[in-house]
Amino acid sequence: MTVAATVPTPQAANPKPHRLPDGRWHRIEIIFWLLPLAAFFLLSGHLVLGSQILIVALFALSLDLILGYAGIVSLGHAAFFGIGAYTAGLLAVHGWGEALSGLLLAGAMAAVAGYLVSFLVVRGEDLARLMVTLGIGLLLYEAANKAAFITGGVDGLSGVTMWRLLGVFPFDLGGKVAYAYSLAVLFLLFVLMRRLVNSPFGLSLRGLREGGKRMPAIGAPVRRHQVLIFTIAAGVAGIAGGLLAQTTQFVGLEVLGFPRSAELLIMLVLGGAGRLYGALIGAALFMVAQEYLSGLNPVYWQFWIGLLLVVVVLFARGGITGAAEALYTRPRGKGK
Amino acid sequence: MLINFAGILFDGIAYGSLLFLIGIGLSVTMGLMNFINLAHGAFAMLGGYVCVAAMTRLGFPFLAALPVAFIVTAVAGVVLERTLYRRLYQASHLEQVLFSIGLTFMAMAAATYYWGPGQQPVQLPGVLRGQVRVLGLDLGAYRLFLIALVIVITLALVWLVAHTRFGAQLRAAVDNQQAAAGMGIHVNRIFSLTFALGSGLAGLGGALGIDVLGLDPTFPVKYMVYFLLVVSVGGAGSIRGTLVAALILGVFDVAGKYYVPEVGAFVIYALMVLLLILFPAGLYGRRA
Repeated sequence: MTVAATVPTPQAANPKPHRLPDGRWHRIEIIFWLLPLAAFFLLSGHLVLGSQILIVALFALSLDLILGYAGIVSLGHAAFFGIGAYTAGLLAVHGWGEALSGLLLAGAMAAVAGYLVSFLVVRGEDLARLMVTLGIGLLLYEAANKAAFITGGVDGLSGVTMWRLLGVFPFDLGGKVAYAYSLAVLFLLFVLMRRLVNSPFGLSLRGLREGGKRMPAIGAPVRRHQVLIFTIAAGVAGIAGGLLAQTTQFVGLEVLGFPRSAELLIMLVLGGAGRLYGALIGAALFMVAQEYLSGLNPVYWQFWIGLLLVVVVLFARGGITGAAEALYTRPRGKGK
Repeated sequence: MLINFAGILFDGIAYGSLLFLIGIGLSVTMGLMNFINLAHGAFAMLGGYVCVAAMTRLGFPFLAALPVAFIVTAVAGVVLERTLYRRLYQASHLEQVLFSIGLTFMAMAAATYYWGPGQQPVQLPGVLRGQVRVLGLDLGAYRLFLIALVIVITLALVWLVAHTRFGAQLRAAVDNQQAAAGMGIHVNRIFSLTFALGSGLAGLGGALGIDVLGLDPTFPVKYMVYFLLVVSVGGAGSIRGTLVAALILGVFDVAGKYYVPEVGAFVIYALMVLLLILFPAGLYGRRA
């Protein structure tokens, strides 16, 4: 602050100047990432739920890329999750149980699908996008349902047998290896995504979200950026799906279902879109709440989640991380 | 074969007119308020349950229960519009989508709570049961009744929009909300009335559809795609577009399920993606 006081620059008047985000990790972020690590040792009885949370968190992150950063509304993101899950699952069923290559292939398949779909998605407005993503999700669901000779249909794909992870660690019933594996994949991809959204490319995505008509004027290739981010997001969703298939050693038809896409949106909004951490927090809270509340009565659970959604939209736009950010910044610089 | 085809066409048209009846309210809300209301199917479901409740608990005959379904749903629509929907007209489409998904979830949970998860039966009056022989074709009496009713309602709607003061105000508000407000039109009141009418028609459609579409708590999600489809293919805010789209979808869906049952709902989703690619703004879209 002493430098700012002696040299009165525009930045000095504004305590939070607009500048390119640096990639530095904040203290809170480091503490945040120590939590799942601590959970591995302290909550070792709940690791199965834990790895589910990590996987869903990764899936939510992928939606955050297109929804929170690029502003593309999707109601069919589960399609890519499902493609990844079936890719990884089928690979293992047919005799290739190596986890990492299966995961990569799951991501690649989903990314290819995402690339093809993205051309339909980027051309429309919100309503058309909603319909196209919804339609493609439903199409895939129907396809997987009808192609029971490949996917197992409503019975699901069972008989997924994985080899030892990295040739050393066998997947155990307690879920220790599954948890560590999921956490490692999540963290690695998170670091990459964090880098991505803080890059000039990430900034121009935010520009698209805020003012789609102005970005072409400064020479940003709008369509190409949207196609690229959609493809990346689809790939990440595919990896999340692959993780689910490998760690649970089962693929159910509901990986492709509309409820999965809708719940994903709910998690993201609950946590706060466009912040990456919102996706993680929202997914964790949603999954924990679902685990304990839907056990009591699934109907009430659906009612409360609906009510929560309405309340968040009406009164708490920005979700949990949005509220936290507002609390954090208010005492310092009055508003923004 | 030909007779068969005529029968399918007839069933498809009956199905399509039902989709039109429910979808028209959604089309108007989207065209007028630019509001993506995924909870529209919940209004249709409410109409269905009101109809069943009026018949089984209050002993109303089917035909008398229909207006009750219309009125109750319209009132529910007005109340929700005044208290909740209104706050979100200026919000982003994402927020509208989330809000209406939330409402849908609540409606589905409430329906399960009050009526249970099963299908609701409906007792049609004797006149509407069985077949009627027209021009050598055996047509379902109820479906004939459905088509006739929808024709009457469509004509009434066209008259309402084209030849009444309310219709003129409505069209003005759809075209340019600010200018309409500047001319002294109570745009808010028009919104409320239109929303009530749209929800009421959805409720009526839900009640009429118990025999065709079925009625259980998953109704809003099961048919949401169809209603959205009718609107986005037809073009939001257009009666003619909604009607054409509803009929096309109805006929294709019935024909697809009859001729190629193994691909099932595939036909309709593929048709939808195709139509949306060819006509991004709908067949009769107002907004380019």
